[in-house]
Amino acid sequence: MLHVLTLAFIFFTAHANQIKPRLVQIPGGELKPFWIAPTDITGEQEKIRIPPFHAMNLPVTNSEYVDFVRANPKWRKSKIKRIFADPSYLEQFASDLRLKKEIHPRAPVTYVSWFAARAYCESHGLRLPSLAEWEYLGAASETKADASEDPDYLARLIEWYNKPPGSGPVPPVGRGKPNYYGLYDLHGLIWEWIEDFNSSLISGESRTNGSIERELVCAAGSLAGGNKENYPAFMRFAFRSSLKGTSTIRNLGFRCVKGERNE
Amino acid sequence: MLRPSSVGDFKTKAILAISLLITGCPKSDKIIGEEVAKLTAPPEVPPPITRKHNTKVIVHLEVLEKRMKIADGVDYTFWTFGGTVPGSFIRIKEGDLVEFHLSNHPTSKMPHNIDLHAVTGPGGGASASMTAPGRETIFSFKALNHGLFVYHCAAAPIGMHVGNGMYGLILVEPKEGLPKVDREHYVMQGDFYTKGKYGEQGYQPFSMEKAIEEKPTYVLFNGSVGALNGDKALPAKVGETVRLYVGNGGPNLTSSFHLIGEIFEKVYVEGGTSVNRNLATTTVPAGGAAIVEFKIDVPGTYIMVDHAILRAFNKGALGMIKAEGPEDKIIYSGLISERVYLPEGGALPKTPEAEVRIAKSLEERIRMGQTIYEQNCTACHQADGRGVPHAFPPLANSDFLNADKTRAIGIVKGGLSGPIVVNGESYNGVMPALSLTDEEVANVLTYVYSAWGNSKQTVTPEEAAKVKPSGVVGIGQ
Repeated sequence: MLHVLTLAFIFFTAHANQIKPRLVQIPGGELKPFWIAPTDITGEQEKIRIPPFHAMNLPVTNSEYVDFVRANPKWRKSKIKRIFADPSYLEQFASDLRLKKEIHPRAPVTYVSWFAARAYCESHGLRLPSLAEWEYLGAASETKADASEDPDYLARLIEWYNKPPGSGPVPPVGRGKPNYYGLYDLHGLIWEWIEDFNSSLISGESRTNGSIERELVCAAGSLAGGNKENYPAFMRFAFRSSLKGTSTIRNLGFRCVKGERNE
Repeated sequence: MLRPSSVGDFKTKAILAISLLITGCPKSDKIIGEEVAKLTAPPEVPPPITRKHNTKVIVHLEVLEKRMKIADGVDYTFWTFGGTVPGSFIRIKEGDLVEFHLSNHPTSKMPHNIDLHAVTGPGGGASASMTAPGRETIFSFKALNHGLFVYHCAAAPIGMHVGNGMYGLILVEPKEGLPKVDREHYVMQGDFYTKGKYGEQGYQPFSMEKAIEEKPTYVLFNGSVGALNGDKALPAKVGETVRLYVGNGGPNLTSSFHLIGEIFEKVYVEGGTSVNRNLATTTVPAGGAAIVEFKIDVPGTYIMVDHAILRAFNKGALGMIKAEGPEDKIIYSGLISERVYLPEGGALPKTPEAEVRIAKSLEERIRMGQTIYEQNCTACHQADGRGVPHAFPPLANSDFLNADKTRAIGIVKGGLSGPIVVNGESYNGVMPALSLTDEEVANVLTYVYSAWGNSKQTVTPEEAAKVKPSGVVGIGQ
């Protein structure tokens, strides 16, 4: 009896402790952009200044997206214009306002295009993070603001990136540990859209050194670049470079941010 | 009544006939008709191309990220072309026009692309084929050069994509085709980098550190330890000429490819046009290939290895060809006799008496036994006693070992050859007799019985002295 009560209690608290979505204040700082090679003879890497901004602590969920399409019919599954999303848009929805039965309402919304993700953020007076902002957030481990050169942290990320997600439904948000800033699920659950996803990598070829793709030289890890051992960052870049604005993918979602853009 | 396919055939034939009428022979670069390429999983190779003309070949290759066995009890997440490591074998003909469809399964996490070394043009297809999960890209190329070529994924970080098994072979047959042989097989080497050491059980993730340092945990033929051993050995018959399409995906190591007990009568060096003859070992560079041909003269098991031999012994680079047929004692006699050798001058040169150490306690016996084990046994039975699947039986948790102590003593003293069954797996190899003293036999067996879940029996030097060396063929069957 006692055990049953304990279990019930644990279940109840776990439920009650469900992480509430909120905007978290992110202090400004500097980002060492690994995708830009050192520009001067000293090898000193150019840094990007990140002004303070706010970021959602969780990725946008299916149920939040249902509310969005209820209020904005043109983004519904049946109404979406093909130029804004691929045919698999909202694949996890049974109809315009209903999820398929195996889909968790608190799972991150996926199968959303860049256009749709942008529209969602705009409808809340927010925007998608820039490449620099996302990488600034994503560099944080649970304990450090910048863990991009911490081998243990990188090894953990590689383990996740390496594993295919399998064919089951995407798990709900907020189940892991928050990072240094108090944000959940930047890694380990889904990929996330950024505003300028197609600005750094133009082709998918990772070893080119054509003039247009100079920054790719680094992505190939071939010449002077940033941290060549940050494989997770290379994978994110490769992933983004495979996208089009209309792409809708099973494990690609988004979160929004608020603040002046820096670039 | 013609079926639709016959209509196509008829059309092709008609066009051929007309072009023959006009030019006297099929025009060499003319593309006639189209067909969908039949791809094969390793070690199979698609049949030789019999058509005389060039055609448009449509290739469908699907990328799958999947968890598979890399060794017994060890799982790894492979990224694959076609669901296997190495990927599907593609066979086309010089001058063909290839329409390549690369699809990436919706359950993939990564985007992937393909660089085929048979392609002439920037990126070898990679710049045209970056494919997100759940999408397909299409590009086409003309096969200008014949040869055996590697294909691989070139998405960033490339070392991880290749290191996870994303490579395979594409054969571009010369216009006149390759000479006919009796059998063709597909073998491809690759090096793998796991977090845990060789044989460490359970799921093992990719290790970026080991990959960058080029220190592989596994070096494998066809993607797993034992992929070409035991029941999965490649078959052949005496009198047959066998052709192996050998590739090396890397990402890091160059292979010194060797088939123990055979000589390659023909090697298309690095998969190209130049033919070298009568090689025993040939180099297969990372991202490169070789075609080797040999005639089987006598029956038996031929072991293929990377002759950088520690990779074969300790990292898994070992495969087998099993040839059946009649013996030819002139070509190879096998063992004729084995007898005592007494050098001229009689007595052995006197060496200072080595101090004979006698174990004074069980702990000491086990400790001394471990040293003997490490010096004499680990090469085959491995440091963890798990052996090598289909080649060397395990001593860990071994039913065969625990069943009969006396038999075990006999085997250590006299060796063993012939078929045995250990833990449900059959083995058919040879263990040489070890020249150990009775004290040493007692120590090493007591150590083995004390380790890896065995029965903890002890063996004394007196017991060891009583048992005659075994070496009986087929013991335990």
